[in-house]
Amino acid sequence: MRRLLPYPLLTASLLVMWVLLNDLTSGHVLLGAVIAISASNVMARLQPQKPRIRRWLSIPQLIAIVAADILRSNIAVARLILRQKHVRRVSGFVTIPLDLRDHTGLSVLACIVTSTPGTAWVEYDSARSTLLLHVFDLVDEGEWIDLIKNRYERLLMEIFE
Amino acid sequence: MSAVILFWSLLVAQILLAVAMAIATFRMVRGPRAQDRILSLDALYVSAMLLLLVFGIRTGSTLYFEAALVISLLGFVSTVALAKFLMRGEVIE
Amino acid sequence: MSHAADIPVWAAVLTAFFVLVGAGFTVIGALGLLRLKTFYERMHAPTLGSTWGAAGVLIGSIIFFSVLQSRPVLHEALIAVFVTVTTPVTLMLLARAALYRDRAERNPEVPGRAKAQSDDE
Repeated sequence: MRRLLPYPLLTASLLVMWVLLNDLTSGHVLLGAVIAISASNVMARLQPQKPRIRRWLSIPQLIAIVAADILRSNIAVARLILRQKHVRRVSGFVTIPLDLRDHTGLSVLACIVTSTPGTAWVEYDSARSTLLLHVFDLVDEGEWIDLIKNRYERLLMEIFE
Repeated sequence: MSAVILFWSLLVAQILLAVAMAIATFRMVRGPRAQDRILSLDALYVSAMLLLLVFGIRTGSTLYFEAALVISLLGFVSTVALAKFLMRGEVIE
Repeated sequence: MSHAADIPVWAAVLTAFFVLVGAGFTVIGALGLLRLKTFYERMHAPTLGSTWGAAGVLIGSIIFFSVLQSRPVLHEALIAVFVTVTTPVTLMLLARAALYRDRAERNPEVPGRAKAQSDDE
């Protein structure tokens, strides 16, 4: 089983993608399964670092938090853009020390932070493990550090470490 | 009734997305720097992809979906390549 | 638009709402691209279009085609996944490229390398 399916998650998502692109018929499921299994075996030859997920239960919670945050900051940033001339707004860089070390966790954090309007991941210094963040509406630096560390980083550390 | 609702809302959505594309094009021509142009190109292809999807709803054809998928993938690759070029190519002037 | 008459009013209203919300967010994001002053500020604007802008249009499309063909049509979800995974990657690369260029030109508005920063703190 382990030899046939070295990356079960990758195989499953490839199969889902195949079925979504075509139709849900037994022929397509079979063809998709063959393609997904062979593709994940090719992937195994490349020997990428395998991410380990420790707590599956926290993933839906993370997705819900992120979706709600993205919606909220979408509205906040849209309002700021529309009232650009009337509002005094300062944007700037914030340096945040991170405790998260796992590579997959860091890339997920980077995707979350960047796809949320209002914050953008600029640079990660792996030697000092600090993150340089650009914030659109920077009122209080401590608030943003607190948000990243307590809201996302804690959950990601639960999932990946 | 539903035809009227869809006709007007899709028309407005198409106009909005076309305006978004026009603004992105303007920023792309205006610059001022290379990173601004690449950023606008990114915004331009996302709006173009959404415009194609709205076309798809308007005509009731799923053919546009494939075009939108190709645009989103090619746009990603081209933006990554251009960003990489900024890091490695033009810096040594 | 003959096919549009076949779908019930509630589906038409939902589709119209989501598509308009998506197009609205996208155009506001583009407006931000036009109005904001510096590159790092402008970097935040297109994320509006690529998160809920794209999500709105895609949800509208999923509702419309699912009702029209009276079966779940979910392939738009693939575009949503691609967009949510790819946009942060491009923006991060672009931000790093911009930071690199600004540092090479010694632009005073960007923070220096981590070492230099710890010196003045």
